[in-house]
Amino acid sequence: MNNRIFCLILVLALTLSVSAQNRYFTKTGHIDFFSHTSVEDVKAANDQVTSFLDTSTGELVFSVLNRSFQFPKPLMQEHFNENYMESEKFPKSGFTGKIADLKAVDFTKAGKYPVKVTGKLTIHGVTKDVEADSELTVGTDKIDGTSVFSVKPEDYDIKIPSVVKANFAESMKITVQMNYQLYIPKK
Amino acid sequence: MKAYLLIALLFTATALNAQNLNDLLASESTDGPQPVEALFKATRVINGHSVKQLKKGELDIRISHRFGRVNSGPYEFFGLDQSNIHLSAEYGLLDKLMVGVGRGTYEKTVDAFARYNIANQQSGNGAFPVTISYLSTIETIGLKWSDQTRTNYFSSRLSFTQQLLIARKFSNLSVQLMPTYVHRNLVPSVMDQNDLLAMGVAGRFKLTNRLAVTGEYYYVLRPIPQRTSTKFYNPLSLGFDIETGGHVFQIVLTNSQGMREGGFIGKTNGSWLNGDIHIGFNISRVFTLHSKRKK
Repeated sequence: MNNRIFCLILVLALTLSVSAQNRYFTKTGHIDFFSHTSVEDVKAANDQVTSFLDTSTGELVFSVLNRSFQFPKPLMQEHFNENYMESEKFPKSGFTGKIADLKAVDFTKAGKYPVKVTGKLTIHGVTKDVEADSELTVGTDKIDGTSVFSVKPEDYDIKIPSVVKANFAESMKITVQMNYQLYIPKK
Repeated sequence: MKAYLLIALLFTATALNAQNLNDLLASESTDGPQPVEALFKATRVINGHSVKQLKKGELDIRISHRFGRVNSGPYEFFGLDQSNIHLSAEYGLLDKLMVGVGRGTYEKTVDAFARYNIANQQSGNGAFPVTISYLSTIETIGLKWSDQTRTNYFSSRLSFTQQLLIARKFSNLSVQLMPTYVHRNLVPSVMDQNDLLAMGVAGRFKLTNRLAVTGEYYYVLRPIPQRTSTKFYNPLSLGFDIETGGHVFQIVLTNSQGMREGGFIGKTNGSWLNGDIHIGFNISRVFTLHSKRKK
């Protein structure tokens, strides 16, 4: 019996230590969005994005606190949370997906790898399948990930009243910049 | 048997590993207290202040208008022939400190105020429950002296208000309490108090993201029986907020003519029950003059 328990602990410890080495994470990831019209530019940036990347499975998860988006205009920030994102009801946006062509990336070799990321994007309580061209830059114990894609507010049930429709482009350009570090689990 | 167990364990371990990524994300996401914003859409509930703060670099140009009393009848077009305006420019010096100056038709007042945001309501773990601001105002009455023969001092034109604003947002409903102290340097007679204590209560109920109904009431403590010639009432106002981008329109019904604390708290002489109701509106337009968070 003792033997079995020992065995269990050994296996668990092994798998955990193995898994620890293929997980990368960041808590200071950057996401910004931008919309340009002749009336005004709408832009905001968030530098507190939490994300995990599992290099063995290609899994990728993101969590974004909507209130952490910083706007140049404070009133715009208030309207973003209050009228559009309804941050009280939906405090977070998120993404769960994976690197579709994981085989194209050699995580043991430093360099730039273009990849395709697919998964489910959740904004304003609405989840949609998305696909984005991205790039991974592998370094020693760190990986940088960047991606640019666009999102239409109406796809996520974000209503823009006709009075201010001219202020927003039909789709928002989203830029993602992640600076992953090797994840060391807390004891 | 042992080998079998080992394989089973390995499988469960990898399965655990796979589902873990979202759990890890949840455990690493920072969930500190978040500020609760937009308890009110505009810096005024109706006549009185709300806890809505102008942030640094924001300029708010406000035009407030009150018509005459609706019970003045068809000759006065139910009050719409008369008008009473208050104009003001208000600015956020700091995120927590805003100042403003204004001019009102009522008693030809010129006024100024400063408001400091002491604390903010938060949501999440370890959250602070209410938003608190402190308001200090000064008003000068600009009317010509009724008695030109006596020595009149400028200081006699002044009145001051100190007010604490305590508010909390419960989802669609925001509630605010306003303990208030008004000091008038000169009052018409010994029957009038120089110092007034009042307790205000205000609320906003959001109908949609951009429409809300509002109300405000001040209970003014008047321990001395009032003169019968000019009886003062407690101000009660009801409003409807419409927000469109940088504008906030407020359509109001009130028994006060004054649109500043000294006026509406101290000198509201209309009674809702007698139909002394003024239709009015406030328009607020916010301009961002200086945006600090440049990227």
